[in-house]
Amino acid sequence: MADAFSEPTAPIPVALPRKRRGDWTNALFVLPYLIVFVAMIAVPLGWGMWLSTTKSDLFGTEGFVGLANFTRLLGDPIFLETVWNTFYFVLLTVPALAVIGLALALVLNREARWAAVLRTIFFASTVLSVTVVTLVWRLVFLPDSGLLSVVTRALGGTPVAFLNSETLAMPAIAITTIWWCIGLPMVLFLAALQQVPRSLYEAAALDHASRWRTLTRITLPAIRRTFALVLIIEVILQFQLFGQPQLMTLGGPNNATRPIVLFIYETGWRQWELGYASAAAQMLFAMILIAAMAQYWLSSRKEAR
Amino acid sequence: MRFGRTHPIALTLIVVAAVLMMVPLVWVLALSFKANAALMADTNSVFHVPYTLANYRTLFGDGQVFRWIMNSLIVSLGMTAGVLILSSLAGYGFARLDFPGRPVLFVIVLLGLAVPEQAVIIARHQMLSLVSMHNTYAALILPGLSAPFGVFLMTQYFRAIPRDIDEAALLDGASRFKVFWKVLLPLTVPAQATLGIFTFLSAWNDYWWPLISATNKQMFTLTVGIASTQMNFAQTEGLGFLMAQAVLAGLPILIVYLFFQKYIVQAVAGAAGR
Repeated sequence: MADAFSEPTAPIPVALPRKRRGDWTNALFVLPYLIVFVAMIAVPLGWGMWLSTTKSDLFGTEGFVGLANFTRLLGDPIFLETVWNTFYFVLLTVPALAVIGLALALVLNREARWAAVLRTIFFASTVLSVTVVTLVWRLVFLPDSGLLSVVTRALGGTPVAFLNSETLAMPAIAITTIWWCIGLPMVLFLAALQQVPRSLYEAAALDHASRWRTLTRITLPAIRRTFALVLIIEVILQFQLFGQPQLMTLGGPNNATRPIVLFIYETGWRQWELGYASAAAQMLFAMILIAAMAQYWLSSRKEAR
Repeated sequence: MRFGRTHPIALTLIVVAAVLMMVPLVWVLALSFKANAALMADTNSVFHVPYTLANYRTLFGDGQVFRWIMNSLIVSLGMTAGVLILSSLAGYGFARLDFPGRPVLFVIVLLGLAVPEQAVIIARHQMLSLVSMHNTYAALILPGLSAPFGVFLMTQYFRAIPRDIDEAALLDGASRFKVFWKVLLPLTVPAQATLGIFTFLSAWNDYWWPLISATNKQMFTLTVGIASTQMNFAQTEGLGFLMAQAVLAGLPILIVYLFFQKYIVQAVAGAAGR
């Protein structure tokens, strides 16, 4: 990225009539975007940081409280539980997404028609909105008439109310999420597999290397970096879990599925404690920033190679 | 790996997985064709006749859903057009033109990529409340226009175009804007397609911002509208109706996906792997 700002020095034609270097009118091209950027990112970011140091509600700001909101967060058992829930959810989904995504990509990385059809199927759920996905899966998990209950009863078992169980609700949301999000890791791995030089496989074939050896000695080492990137991308994405529990369980039962973002939403728009909600948002921002920096570091290393 | 034949066990597993992927959708589709009363009495009735279009009739008779679809279309298309225009202009500016502070500004915009929605959404909501903009299309579109990804993508794309092309046009006496509009912009169509599809899809599926900005039922987008009817989920009487709504909300985008699959996959993967 370091060389991104140094212009490739183009030959400057002698005859060029107009002034070129450092002309402020050139900035008119970037101005429209910059105005929106300042209004919708820069100012809200600063405003949010300031809010997090105040006691604010629907009717306005009551005053500066320093870091009180942050110390209150660290002593708030519900907030700490949401942090734990979020990490637990990331742990349930991210490794599964990476491993299943890789497995799908390895099997579907071929030109056959059936592979194309299966790729279409596995990516399809990605284009659905969270509200459709949760609607579909609530119908699967519904205690009396859900798909799982029907299947369980047909097999002679007793149906389980997944979303009403403190221990099963989060895994149920994780399964929903994996179903929804599996397309992205799969296509990222497919793209990486396409980049592995064919000559490596030809050499392996000449050596009569087994399928397994080819996989572990050639394919997996070649896509190591993509694996790390997929992990980070998914950590950032899944860290922002919100719609699934908000629509499927409302964070229950007994807070078992309440993630940080739902905490921010409810503190902000249900209890209207905007200062406190902002402080929680800043904490989440810090956590995501760490992951985003790791991603940037990894991808810039790729470009430098 | 890509030469040998697929192992039978791998093939079996992946076909089973593909069926599992589709079963929930087929289940919803089947339920949507059953009368609510029949479902209430026995869910297993879904496996045999009679089937009915009653749920869809109720849905279409209501008309609310169409209002939401319209809102989603206006917001998604508006945001897509806005992002394409702003990102192309800014991308050209950052890639080709010189002006005071350009490197610093570009770095600041890039840093914006790391700012998650959660860190700004409370202040955005307050700001738009102050100017009484909530429950308007402008309020639903505006935050999406600030996403730095498009500027980043277009800047990269303009940089990859050989400079000779615009130098030649400039020598012919064309203005900066004319070079941008007539010469370079047509060359960026593939990037516009990627960015456009990605923006449209994210706008169409966006949930949190429309949830808090559009509080008036008439201004709901489709995602928020579907969410609002899910709230009274407990009464099983509405089950078939809810399913019909899920089908109506999900099917169009799935059909669009089937037609533009290649571009959609490219756009989504490109945005993630930037």
